[in-house]
Amino acid sequence: MGNVMLEVRDLKTKYVTRFHEDVYAVDGVSFAIEEGKSLGIAGESGCGKSTLALSMMGYYFPPLHYISGDIIIDGRNISGMKPDDVRKTILGSEIAYIPQAAMNALNPTQKIIRFMEDVIRAHDPKADKKEIRERAEARFAELGLPKEVLDKHAVELSGGMKQRTVIAVSTILNPKVLIADEPSSALDVTSQKMVIKMMRELMEKGYIKAMLFITHELPLLYNVTDDIMVMYAGQIVERGTAKEMVFDPMHPYSYGLMNSILVPEEGTRGNKLTAIPGTPPNLKRPPKGCRFAERCKYAKPECFYTAPPQKPFDDGRMYRCLMGLDQLKEVYSHE
Amino acid sequence: MKNTLRQLFHSGKFVAGFVIFVAILLTVFIYPLVNPGDPLEMIGVGTFARPGTYVSLYDAVRTDTQTLRLSEADDNRIAKALSAEDRVAMVEWFTTMGIDVSDLDIDDTDALLDLWNANYDPSIKPQGMTMAKRNYYKRLNNSLQEIRAADEIILAEPDEESGALVKSDTISKTDYVNVSQVANVKNLPLGTDNFGRDVLKELVSAAGTSIVIGLIAGTVATLIGLSLGLLSGYLGGFADDFIMFVTNVFTVIPSFVLLILISYSIGQEQRGAAVVAVVIGLTSWTWTCRSVRSQVISLRNRDHVNLSKLSGHSMIRIVLTDILPYIASYVVMAFILQVSTGILSEAQLSLLGLGPKTTETATLGLMMNWAMLYSAHTNGSWWAYFPVILTITLISFSLNLMNTGMDQVFNPTLRD
Amino acid sequence: MSEKDFTGKPLCLSGRGVTRVFGLGDKKTVAVDHVDFDFHEGEFVSIVGESGSGKTTLSKMLLGLLNPSEGEILFQGQPRDISTGKKKKEYWKGIQAIFQDPFSSFNTFHKIDAVLLDCINMRGGKNLPMDKKIEMMTEACSFVNLKFAELTNKYPFELSGGQMQRLMIARIFLLKPKILLADEPTSMVDACSRATILDMLLQLRDEIGMTVIFITHDIGLAYYISDTVYIMEHGKFVEYGKADEVILNPKAAYTKRLISDVPKIHEEWDLSTVDLQAEA
Repeated sequence: MGNVMLEVRDLKTKYVTRFHEDVYAVDGVSFAIEEGKSLGIAGESGCGKSTLALSMMGYYFPPLHYISGDIIIDGRNISGMKPDDVRKTILGSEIAYIPQAAMNALNPTQKIIRFMEDVIRAHDPKADKKEIRERAEARFAELGLPKEVLDKHAVELSGGMKQRTVIAVSTILNPKVLIADEPSSALDVTSQKMVIKMMRELMEKGYIKAMLFITHELPLLYNVTDDIMVMYAGQIVERGTAKEMVFDPMHPYSYGLMNSILVPEEGTRGNKLTAIPGTPPNLKRPPKGCRFAERCKYAKPECFYTAPPQKPFDDGRMYRCLMGLDQLKEVYSHE
Repeated sequence: MKNTLRQLFHSGKFVAGFVIFVAILLTVFIYPLVNPGDPLEMIGVGTFARPGTYVSLYDAVRTDTQTLRLSEADDNRIAKALSAEDRVAMVEWFTTMGIDVSDLDIDDTDALLDLWNANYDPSIKPQGMTMAKRNYYKRLNNSLQEIRAADEIILAEPDEESGALVKSDTISKTDYVNVSQVANVKNLPLGTDNFGRDVLKELVSAAGTSIVIGLIAGTVATLIGLSLGLLSGYLGGFADDFIMFVTNVFTVIPSFVLLILISYSIGQEQRGAAVVAVVIGLTSWTWTCRSVRSQVISLRNRDHVNLSKLSGHSMIRIVLTDILPYIASYVVMAFILQVSTGILSEAQLSLLGLGPKTTETATLGLMMNWAMLYSAHTNGSWWAYFPVILTITLISFSLNLMNTGMDQVFNPTLRD
Repeated sequence: MSEKDFTGKPLCLSGRGVTRVFGLGDKKTVAVDHVDFDFHEGEFVSIVGESGSGKTTLSKMLLGLLNPSEGEILFQGQPRDISTGKKKKEYWKGIQAIFQDPFSSFNTFHKIDAVLLDCINMRGGKNLPMDKKIEMMTEACSFVNLKFAELTNKYPFELSGGQMQRLMIARIFLLKPKILLADEPTSMVDACSRATILDMLLQLRDEIGMTVIFITHDIGLAYYISDTVYIMEHGKFVEYGKADEVILNPKAAYTKRLISDVPKIHEEWDLSTVDLQAEA
């Protein structure tokens, strides 16, 4: 067992709408990532994946509000910290966050090297320009980015290059945890592959110690992360290694997700895709029982009023369903 | 729609602007009911009566008196009669006489008068003092003594037969009348202007006219800008080039200069309030046109417009149902700003003497023009122009507040 | 061009040297560069390309929303004539589209019933009695697993992205065009709704005999669903053929790269093929 880099314990956060209604977007999420490991989060849009990523940075601004729970990075609990302290001491140096639209965050009037200066100086105000440039060039060379990019403006770069640049800039301080929220979804497949390769290199070279990768694309997640967690309606419904999750899903929701995978490989053509009908529940009033019950093909009457417990296994696998494993295997075999 | 309104009224800025504007509108509608009559009636003879309550002296004399013995009455009278200049002049006299005035309080009427009575002597002729200045001191002294001395004012009427004056009544210092018993009392909260017109009444009617001018100008500008912008943006190609050429020509010529030239060439006689409003509208549509055009261009390529085309809808129908509703909120915002600029443009034009002709209606700009022509600002008649400035500011402030409030609701990038 | 006929069915839509140029002089860009294609009746065709390959421009030309700068498009074997508004209207009875972004495909000011009623009117059902119209709309909605009774008086934006896209298909079901052009209809919806939508497109093809032209960047999706695949790069078709042949046996370097760059689950995803310096 490695050293735990990121641990989240029973985290609860909510959104407050314009009309003062609470939306419980993350509702009791717990997990841990060990050093050198990566964890993927899958789920439909509206399941709370992105909110979980935002909540984990400890940097709350309206409409997102913290309710309870702990976020522990390498033994340090950041959940009670003031936003200003989080910004100064956590973001960039402990956690780096890459959203899908990160590439649009580059100020078009500035050269890339300026962002490097900003990030480094935020934590080391005395760093001089030459030093920063050397450091940046070294990192760019290691990650396979041409160093000419440093003297370009964002508009001169392609989408994939911008995204890779953003990742290089935001990890220059060697943050312990990298949270990537759909970092490659807006890119073409080739650019996506470059982004992924770069992230993997960051992990292999030890610049980042743990990675949380959020996407709705399961084949991508399967190839990128060690473990996969499936999120539904603000809760984790299943966790396991990538292989287990794709080839042997337990929870009916994961089962549905895994059956919607499409890849250009022999054998996919003509397979019947199963669809999960309906939409995720409204989290202003989360259902009392199992949150997936309404859409679950195998739901029994008790599913609608008994909230299922998490059922963990020794090897770190976990699922949240009232049905036993045998029962589930049985129903899946009839498909 | 309902939801949009609900959101609008959640915006503090919009509500504040709305409340101010509605308050001004209500005043414009209700005040004339409370205080009817022609707002441009010249009630005063002479210019710039101070704000205050005016009591008819003629009626006051004939009203039943009540005797009140007030100890400080004399002092008040003298204090009121002694203007600030008189006081300074008195101190000047003391210094000429070589009296130490270092611990004299100029506002302490009693001390000032005591010192004056002890030291003033009309026979002294200080060196270097002009005759006129000495006469002034004499008059000042006389009036001070008069206030102190005379206990009564005698009223006399000519005898019908002999023509000789006969004492009919006396007014003693202790005689008072109740204002509510006096037949004619006129309250002029903002005094009168150079023509002797009630400024408040004039102001209310002028605010109404100015808002109407703003509305007409805003409507004209928005209609022209909207239709040209829609055409230019949706059609593209040659129509777009042509309309943008015209718009650019209008943008390059400073619109205010154009406004002055048009106003001047129309001539004083033809310039009614409505004409001025239309002229303002005709010169200020350009930026509505440009921004509507850019919005339409971004909407034109949206899928729902393509879908509408595929459904075989006509161009007019597409513009009216698939494009116009999307920019409606934007157009309303532009309209509000146009109303505000319309009101300001009218004020600017009128200040230059190129506003509506002056005899029939008052506008905010005209009121400022009159105040300026009759030197209200140099002779200290603040009431003739300051309330007007305040009203213009309030109107355009409220309109701009509403606009920013709407912007926050409708513009997703500003939403919190 | 007979080698493009894999189905033996009559031609539905074809193009000869179709080109579209944007801009003038130095700023000239060729979005679509002399492409030839033959789509047959009842064929499920995918046009696969990355962003900037010209597939959206091509789709607009197919729809008649954009005119080709050069070349001609043949509709059912005859040169397409859409020079007047009336002829365009006639053409659009034969070809309809589903767009990528369901959130911008609907006029948010129109209720759902109005959208569907409009389709019935377009098919010449303007004078039908109201209960007949409702019956038709209910049928269309049940085809896409929506309940018409729950949709009346609702606005499109009250639905989820997947539901809106299904409503789009209900619209197509009512219009019953010869050709359906689907421009990345699943790229903005979740994987679960994606399966439903693909299923419905296949159903439209199988039950109504529509030709479906499916435009996508996702080669896995194209492989799963289509009979014929056209691979597009920089405005040209670099490879085309039966889906099985093209995807499992790619000839063109571009196709090979596309396929190798897609993450898979049974084969190793080879990250070493990426040249990180390539994009500089």
